[in-house]
Amino acid sequence: FAGGGVGGGNDFQWCFSQVKGAIDEDVAEADIISTVEFNYSGELLATGDKGGRVVIFQREQESKNRPLSRGEYNVYSTFQSHEPEFDYLKSLEIEEKINKIRWLPQQNAAHFLLSTNDKTIKLWKISERDKRAEGYNLKDEDGRLRDPFRITTLRVPVLMPMDLMVEASPRRIFANAHTYHINSISVNSDHETYLSADDLRINLWHLEITDRSFNIVDIKPANMEELTEVITAAECHPHQCNVFVYSSSKGTIRLCDMRAAALCDRHSKFFEEPEDPSSRSFFSEIISSISDVKFSHSGRYMMTRDYLSVKVWDLNMENRPVETYQVHEYLRSKLCSLYENDCIFDKFECCWNGSDSAIMTGSYNNFFRMFDRNTRRDITLEASRENSKPRAMLKPRKVCTGGKRKKDEISVDSLDFNKKILHTAWHPKENVIAVAATNNLYIFQDKIN
Amino acid sequence: MAGAEGDDSLYPIAVLIDELRNEDVQLRLNSIKKLSTIALALGVERTRTELLPFLTDTIYDEDEVLLALAEQLGSFTVLVGGPEYVHCLLPPLESLATVEETVVRDKAVESLRKISQEHSPVDLEVHFEPLVKRLACGDWFTSRTSACGLFSVCYPRVSSTVKAEIRQHFRTLCSDDTPMVRRAAASKLGEFAKVLELDYVKSDIIPLFTALASDEQDSVRLLAVEACVSIATLLPQEDLEALVMPTLRQAAEDKSWRVRYMVADKFSELQKAVGPEITKNDLVPAFQNLLKDCEAEVRAAAANKVKEFCENLPEDSRETIIMTHVLPCVKELVSDTNQHVKSALASVIMGLSTILGKDNTVEHLLPLFLAQLKDECPEVRLNIISNLDCVNEVIGIRQLSQSLLPAIVELAEDAKWRVRLAIIEYMPLLAGQLGVEFFDEKLNSLCMAWLVDHVYAIREAATCNLMKLVEKFGAEWAQNTIVPKVLSMSNDPNYLHRMTTLFCINALSEVCGQEITTKHMLPVVLKMASDQVANVRFNVAKCLQKIGPVLDSSALQAEVKPVLEILATDQDMDVKYFAQEAISVLTLA
Repeated sequence: FAGGGVGGGNDFQWCFSQVKGAIDEDVAEADIISTVEFNYSGELLATGDKGGRVVIFQREQESKNRPLSRGEYNVYSTFQSHEPEFDYLKSLEIEEKINKIRWLPQQNAAHFLLSTNDKTIKLWKISERDKRAEGYNLKDEDGRLRDPFRITTLRVPVLMPMDLMVEASPRRIFANAHTYHINSISVNSDHETYLSADDLRINLWHLEITDRSFNIVDIKPANMEELTEVITAAECHPHQCNVFVYSSSKGTIRLCDMRAAALCDRHSKFFEEPEDPSSRSFFSEIISSISDVKFSHSGRYMMTRDYLSVKVWDLNMENRPVETYQVHEYLRSKLCSLYENDCIFDKFECCWNGSDSAIMTGSYNNFFRMFDRNTRRDITLEASRENSKPRAMLKPRKVCTGGKRKKDEISVDSLDFNKKILHTAWHPKENVIAVAATNNLYIFQDKIN
Repeated sequence: MAGAEGDDSLYPIAVLIDELRNEDVQLRLNSIKKLSTIALALGVERTRTELLPFLTDTIYDEDEVLLALAEQLGSFTVLVGGPEYVHCLLPPLESLATVEETVVRDKAVESLRKISQEHSPVDLEVHFEPLVKRLACGDWFTSRTSACGLFSVCYPRVSSTVKAEIRQHFRTLCSDDTPMVRRAAASKLGEFAKVLELDYVKSDIIPLFTALASDEQDSVRLLAVEACVSIATLLPQEDLEALVMPTLRQAAEDKSWRVRYMVADKFSELQKAVGPEITKNDLVPAFQNLLKDCEAEVRAAAANKVKEFCENLPEDSRETIIMTHVLPCVKELVSDTNQHVKSALASVIMGLSTILGKDNTVEHLLPLFLAQLKDECPEVRLNIISNLDCVNEVIGIRQLSQSLLPAIVELAEDAKWRVRLAIIEYMPLLAGQLGVEFFDEKLNSLCMAWLVDHVYAIREAATCNLMKLVEKFGAEWAQNTIVPKVLSMSNDPNYLHRMTTLFCINALSEVCGQEITTKHMLPVVLKMASDQVANVRFNVAKCLQKIGPVLDSSALQAEVKPVLEILATDQDMDVKYFAQEAISVLTLA
């Protein structure tokens, strides 16, 4: 397992490619990355941050002049998606933090994405302009006004080439449909609807209609004191437009079929793993809460992330996951202190690689984990500036789990719990990954041996 | 035409052209809307060589500007030099047909369809048809969806080889990868079928129809239901059973409620398209199933169609089918668990009485009406009340009045003001049907009670209601029954009620006529001019302005003018303002 090849069939190693964001030690809160998402082709990569900004990176075309630069990602467009707001009726501050970004399938030369904060979802169009109109009737080239009585001929403006300009414009604003905080948005495979989920409800929207959405799941009890679980994530099936899943804070996942009824308060499948009574503790319920759920590209499986593990479920088997991967089992003995510093409530996300053969999710100390589903091999890597020479190979990391600490191992006690990797994304076709570490975005690529 | 000599008539056109690029969307929009003026000034040649190329690349603009542009280009043929040059309009419309905004794309397609008629058969094949092909083979699905709407306009006018190509393109789009395109194709399937030769309908369209109707995405399948209507109309009766009915049966029992909903929603059209025999054998059981569907949305859609479905049943067996097949389901729906279903039914159920006649109505329908009049949901009761006229014709409303009255009273006092508002709006209708005696006896007091409702919208509607009642029952009735009550409110301690008197007078003066207005209303209004509340005083001024035209000039001069003059010197700004306005409008100065 030299260097570890988690990814495609070939054995390869992960190399550093790029790092984005400031190097400063003291990080501005607004710069902390809160979501990362590749578009369908992988040519664009979007990040959202706590300051309400969306930054889009575009992959450079491979150039013959610089054979070594294998498609680096450079800033394509930056825009302020959400602003801080204040709900005067409820005396509530609404943060500008971008909770999720989802790309729409490409429909014409422009690109579209949905971005959301706690309350409002926005549809953005990112388009290019490379022509500019020239020639006015009432003023000359320098902008001086002409004498209106001296106009003897009419000039029709002519389009001239100009430097490429990328514009981001808000196309639709989907507001006022969520009482609680939005945790997920997911575009449906019918290309015309999407769902948005908050703690207690899931709404279905038409992408062209902003003043109306349909409530498809509502788990709010009549009496809020009876509340025992909340919705933590929701996603549409990648191919079947009638199927979606949502996960709960109790560690269960419900699959609903929108064909069956207009209101999906009765699920068609219920995924739950029976609890092991021997490992039951005060923290059992907290750590079993699902922080993310993702369908595989094939649509056959889904993956869920809870505090200590990642589970892969076959949609045809509800009683237990087909695969379970421990992300940082060594933290099980530390749950008490992780509860005290609130880390136990961190919401780690997870993602599939393009062929569904590997999965990735984050951990603490700027570590992230990858699991190869075929070989069952796993690897821990670190997003760090220390080894940030172009094409430098990433060294696998190891956390010492009791006993004597070997060379190159890190003891659990020296892990930095402030450096957490919550958001990662995997290029849909290639072995390129984007890893958000606080305010930095790392991009790693494979190097085939 | 563009003149050579210094000519200030060019100035407004120059402004319009420059404003095509103004920063202000509104100005750009104005310019686009006057595009024909610009084109006229430029002349046909410059329009073709300069204006259109510029517009072709102007697709970066706001949707509303693009929408206006797409619309303008549809009637631009004359401005580019007539049908001979109409193909010059294709490039800008082609680029508009690929934008992401559906409304813009649809408008561009609409304009393309329009100008396709102005192409000569040769131009259609040389210019138009290649455009359709380009769109149909475009990389982005926006262009492919637009193509779907263009096949049917070229098909009838091209050679048979091109026809074959067009059919092929349509086939390809029906199995496109993206559901967007398949939906566009499915929604144009019926329209395309209409222009195809019958043989090709059978050999091409039917397989496509069958495939779309069993698409994996229910959003596509439900559109096939619509196509089903047009296709069924095209085929001879003997082919329907084999070619259409299997698909229709399957749709009526689809796993997805949205597809079944569509079947229910289109039921009357389907019924007409397939004819009486198939209706009797197939649609009646299908309709029963839809009325008993497990999804409330489907039941509601089917319930909405009950009357139309029954109306369109073949006459010879209509009554039997209704009595034995439909009515049992309807009876169950009356006590449905879902209020939308019940209220959908309530909005059409009364219509059955005309179809079934007096005896059946009394025996079978009346109990249902009465049950719905007592329904817990106000919307159900309202829907019954709003359709009373159908029953009135058949059995007379008196049969119902015993139950009607409590229902009305209850709605009139409902805690939700919107419900009260809705019932007020039906009062004039009810009054007309129940007659003046019944009204005076039972409903008059309700109408007066609304005048002092604590919600303004109700008081306002009650005022308007009085006017409509007077229109029905006449001025004399007004003088005896409502005017005294209205006027007595002018002494109410609550200023809002005093104002209601004024609002009522505003509404009633015209229908009551000069005599009543001068004799009874005017003195009260004038007396209120010294009210201590300023809002009342300025409403006096407004009221006088309103009723002025009804009064004769002596009353105006002798009574209205002095009062307005006093009000015009009132301490309160608003009172002054409205008094002065009244003086000038009534020309009393």
